[in-house]
Amino acid sequence: MSIRLRVDGVDREVPEEAGDESLLRVLRDHLGLIAPKNACEEGECGSCTVAIDGEIACACLVPAGQAAGRDVETVAGLAGPDGELHPVQEALLEAGGVQCGYCTPGMVMAARDLLRRNPDPTDDDIREGLTGNLCRCTGYAKIMAAVRLAAGR
Amino acid sequence: MLQPVTLEEAVRARRDVPDAVVVAGGTEVMPFRNRGERPGPLLDLSRVEELRRAEGGRLGAAVTYTRLIEELGERFPVLAAAARTVAGRQVRNRATLGGALAIADPSADVLTALLASDAEVELASADGVRRVATAEFLTGPYECDLRDDELLAAVVLPDEAPGPAAYAKVGARNAMARAACAVAVTLDPGERSATVAVAACGPTPLRAPPAEELIASEAPWAGPDDLEPGWLERIGALVAGATLPRSDSRGSAAYKRHAAAVLSARALRRAWRELMEPA
Repeated sequence: MSIRLRVDGVDREVPEEAGDESLLRVLRDHLGLIAPKNACEEGECGSCTVAIDGEIACACLVPAGQAAGRDVETVAGLAGPDGELHPVQEALLEAGGVQCGYCTPGMVMAARDLLRRNPDPTDDDIREGLTGNLCRCTGYAKIMAAVRLAAGR
Repeated sequence: MLQPVTLEEAVRARRDVPDAVVVAGGTEVMPFRNRGERPGPLLDLSRVEELRRAEGGRLGAAVTYTRLIEELGERFPVLAAAARTVAGRQVRNRATLGGALAIADPSADVLTALLASDAEVELASADGVRRVATAEFLTGPYECDLRDDELLAAVVLPDEAPGPAAYAKVGARNAMARAACAVAVTLDPGERSATVAVAACGPTPLRAPPAEELIASEAPWAGPDDLEPGWLERIGALVAGATLPRSDSRGSAAYKRHAAAVLSARALRRAWRELMEPA
């Protein structure tokens, strides 16, 4: 028996014993998919944010066995087939919303989730939408600007 | 990982594999496992559909905070208001009612809201089901009346809240913070009664009966009219007097007692405003 899950549209398989590990460790250490970042491993920082069946979660808090049969999206799967960036990614580049870049994969996943639910967010909505994501560079002003920019498109 | 799909299978697994660690949302269990604490295999409840069900006033133990806010907020406003103050969306999508109950954190926002809602806790084992009032279920800091062979099955409360409610909280920052103090207020204009519950100011979330009695007997229900600032201060003092705070990293006992007074007046004012001008 093994655990099958779909990551960014590709079917993957890991040994059943990995089911008790976090989804984050399975993605990074078993499958070599390092787009979700590993920072706090306790759900405080949001840098490992992925979407599972469309709902964002900290991959570090999800036992991998719970993701069996589910659709997992990471930031690595957002670009189009010809490499065209997602509007949130494009806006982060344009607004200078990336400093060290460690929080960026999680920020992108959370911002995309926010704009799906609320295409025209106020600044308070953006702050609330990114509550679960920390930027240790404290580059929040440019990140906010990027989300506003992406929302306008 | 044990993955039952019915509650019956789940309670049997609970009994048969006593060292198993029960997990639903994972927001509490996984940080420990990530640090290397792995006392036993995981007993995963995420595939048990009946635990996710919300029917009338019976909310399955695996109902998430996001669902309390988005799906159930109109009927249970105090639960939604409390859930809204917890963590970020990534965590609220996963964290469950049952998890909060099993952890029994005295500062837990949703437990404080359950206490203010007179909710009952439904516990299931291979031997059957029992119900306990939230106040009896929570026995101390991180302690609750959950037996080794039991699982949290549901919380049970009236099908719909009888009136408006509010939840006011202070912590180290606006987001992602555990409560240094928080107050839940619910109003029942039909019965002319209120409930007040306080987080993080005692071994468990606590009710403030003297304040509830004063609101019931003296609030200007007829009208309803504005609340007088001086009267709100009396309510605040009664709530503060009902707390048993201890100094910790989130604040001194004196600060928490002061916060309980300020927040209870704030929450009552908010809920009362809604009574006067329904949204």
